[in-house]
Amino acid sequence: MSNSVVMYEAEYQQIKTVIAKLCDDANAKMVFLVDKNGQQIASHGEIGNIDTTSLASLTAGNVAATDGLARLIGEKEFPVLSHEGEKDNIHISIVAQRVILVVIFDERSSLGLVRLRVKRASNELTDVFESIVRKVEQHKEQGVELDSPFAEITDEDIDNLFRE
Amino acid sequence: MTFINYASREINCKIVYYGPGLGGKTTNLQYIYDTTAPQAKGKLISLATETDRTLFFDFLPLELGTVRGFKTRFHLYTVPGQVFYDASRKLILKGVDGVVFVADSQTERMDANIESLWNLENNLKAQGYDLMKIPYVLQLNKRDLPNIISMDELKRELMRKGEPVFEAVAYKGVGVFDTLKAVAKQVLVELKKGSG
Repeated sequence: MSNSVVMYEAEYQQIKTVIAKLCDDANAKMVFLVDKNGQQIASHGEIGNIDTTSLASLTAGNVAATDGLARLIGEKEFPVLSHEGEKDNIHISIVAQRVILVVIFDERSSLGLVRLRVKRASNELTDVFESIVRKVEQHKEQGVELDSPFAEITDEDIDNLFRE
Repeated sequence: MTFINYASREINCKIVYYGPGLGGKTTNLQYIYDTTAPQAKGKLISLATETDRTLFFDFLPLELGTVRGFKTRFHLYTVPGQVFYDASRKLILKGVDGVVFVADSQTERMDANIESLWNLENNLKAQGYDLMKIPYVLQLNKRDLPNIISMDELKRELMRKGEPVFEAVAYKGVGVFDTLKAVAKQVLVELKKGSG
């Protein structure tokens, strides 16, 4: 499908490094990177038994709804969302127009510190995502076929997925 | 929009259940959730009103297994069916890979089916998709009720492009997995085409 999003090993490692550093530098509990369509890209920190799949989907829903609100009142977007709880807080921001950076922090950190660290991490992540886009385009131009799991998929493979 | 992660060898696809209010979209997801092995599913998230009407969406992540070494996950979403939630429906269609239209077979819901199908086509268009081209399945739900329209007539009114059609009684599970399987298969075939 031409509009598929891809993630390569090298860039994935870079992303993991950036969010791990952000988590440390911001004294945060957890950091997540989520696709705007609700799919989790990477995470770091004290994940514990948090349901990260649901977190990704709800974050994307939240961002989508807030974007809709912004457009209703004539704003392009609200690039930062922040939710304050009794113990934990969530800071949500958009990176490179298409991914969502989520930082969860408690009293060991502060909104100011998180905001500061997110700014730098966002720039680094933007570079990584631009590099992915360039790579995909280069591959397309050179006619490089990715090692797609689907090129050789058979009807039997698909049926097997549904076998009890 | 399928997300292929070569680093963690995962593929994530998004399927949206669309249709008129009280047609059984959430019931489809609920049945899938109730009957799927715990290791294959995540939490079923329902953003609903106090009276259990879907307010924003229901969400169920489902892991089907591996295809050629890639973990294959389907994220199932429903939209709120009630007419005035249109802004939310548009948002949920973003990045969709396949659509299931859950029609209500009852005579008095025919207009609502037609309205909702029209709404689906328009909202897909607004997101840059064409119903004629994306993976799509029609489910005719509530076949166990007395006041229903015949299959032939429903098909004549609601079929758009020779899509697979399934009779369903969603709360009993009749047709639920056939529907899911048919749309998932189309999504995977579409991926295969894209990579060929």
